[in-house]
Amino acid sequence: MQDDMQFASTENPALATYTPAVRQQLFQFVLQLADTSLILGHRLSEWCGHGPILEQDLAMANIALDLLGETRSLYQYAAQLEGQGRTEDDLAYLRSATEYRNPLLVEQPNGDFADTVVRQFLFDNFHYHFLKQLLTNADERLAAIAEKSLKEATYHLKWSSEWIIRLGDGTDESRRRVEKSITELWRFSGELTTPTALEKSLQAMGLIPEYEDVQASMTAHAERVLTEATLAIPQQIFMLTGGKDGRHTEHLGYILTELQYMQRTFPGLTW
Amino acid sequence: MVAPAPPAEAHIWQLLEEVTDPEVPVLSILDLGIVRAVRVEGEQITVTITPTYSGCPAMNTIATDIRLRLLAEGYTKLIINNQLSPAWTTDWMTKAGREKLEAYGIAPPIDGTASGHVLNLFGKETAVRCPLCKSEHTHLVSQFGSTACKALYQCDDCREPFDYFKCHS
Repeated sequence: MQDDMQFASTENPALATYTPAVRQQLFQFVLQLADTSLILGHRLSEWCGHGPILEQDLAMANIALDLLGETRSLYQYAAQLEGQGRTEDDLAYLRSATEYRNPLLVEQPNGDFADTVVRQFLFDNFHYHFLKQLLTNADERLAAIAEKSLKEATYHLKWSSEWIIRLGDGTDESRRRVEKSITELWRFSGELTTPTALEKSLQAMGLIPEYEDVQASMTAHAERVLTEATLAIPQQIFMLTGGKDGRHTEHLGYILTELQYMQRTFPGLTW
Repeated sequence: MVAPAPPAEAHIWQLLEEVTDPEVPVLSILDLGIVRAVRVEGEQITVTITPTYSGCPAMNTIATDIRLRLLAEGYTKLIINNQLSPAWTTDWMTKAGREKLEAYGIAPPIDGTASGHVLNLFGKETAVRCPLCKSEHTHLVSQFGSTACKALYQCDDCREPFDYFKCHS
């Protein structure tokens, strides 16, 4: 997208203090956050026009839009960190699946409404508590993006938490479905707070939050919501990881095929 | 053509008052509280705006509209800055803006009622006055409405559904 505005350049004094190596690492991490919001936003947008009822169709489209907005802020910052002249569009449309760094959870298919709600709940629970930690981050641009997105993520987590409760403590059918979704998707939740080598390195430098506090807040919230939903909390689940290192499930390729179709078919197309 | 006189900051603010929100055309961008600063240095004019919601598609249109409005007055050296922090809040919406919203059929934000507490699940919803019949007997239909900044309510007296401009602080 061609923008008619620019980010204030005076906003982030930390940027000048990074060595090229640190800058490269931070670039990779911001890219990971951007990919995550983009892929989940894309998944949610697939619901548009297919939601179970109009209001929830709108809710998912709204959440998708918030995530897309966050994505753009992150890609713009990533492009600046990289400093190689690539734009936000290049980063979104011209990287292959193995270059994408989103965790596996967000690329999982929409399935039925319960699958989407559980996937959203697992992500929102991480997103909300992670952004809260990021608010006080030394990198002011990341902190500013977090400040903006946290207000939105608050609505998202409220939405998905209430739906977990409605489905779990609803009818036999809704309960059966949400239990099935939890069994299927919970194993992707561990990756969100399992640091990769890149994240460990950035955490050691104090550039991104440690995940222990994030995980503790997530666990507390999940227990509260699942208990209220009269659902059992999964125990001793083997967690699947790899997305943040570029090893994806087969689903990402299909997403990118659709998402990148125009740029791959008509390189450099603008509107 | 005679070059325009050096711009006075007050004149720029006046022109910005004429730029409206493309989604809610009764509101100027000043009513909305998204213009954070205007800086005039010689012929260089910098207008700093802040997004309402990060994905709001209106932001880019607004930036273009600001540019076009100022260009029409002969101001050509323009920078439109997008500033994320401090994040926009509905507290910055003017009183006049709130009155215009209600007259337009959108319930204005009620300060201090932001959904800032995720633990408040199924909590008591904000009592929002129906912009049409002014009844307080209304209920929330969905936190997510026709645009990112609005929630959908329905009036229990006149039965009309209406938009509520969400408190965001």
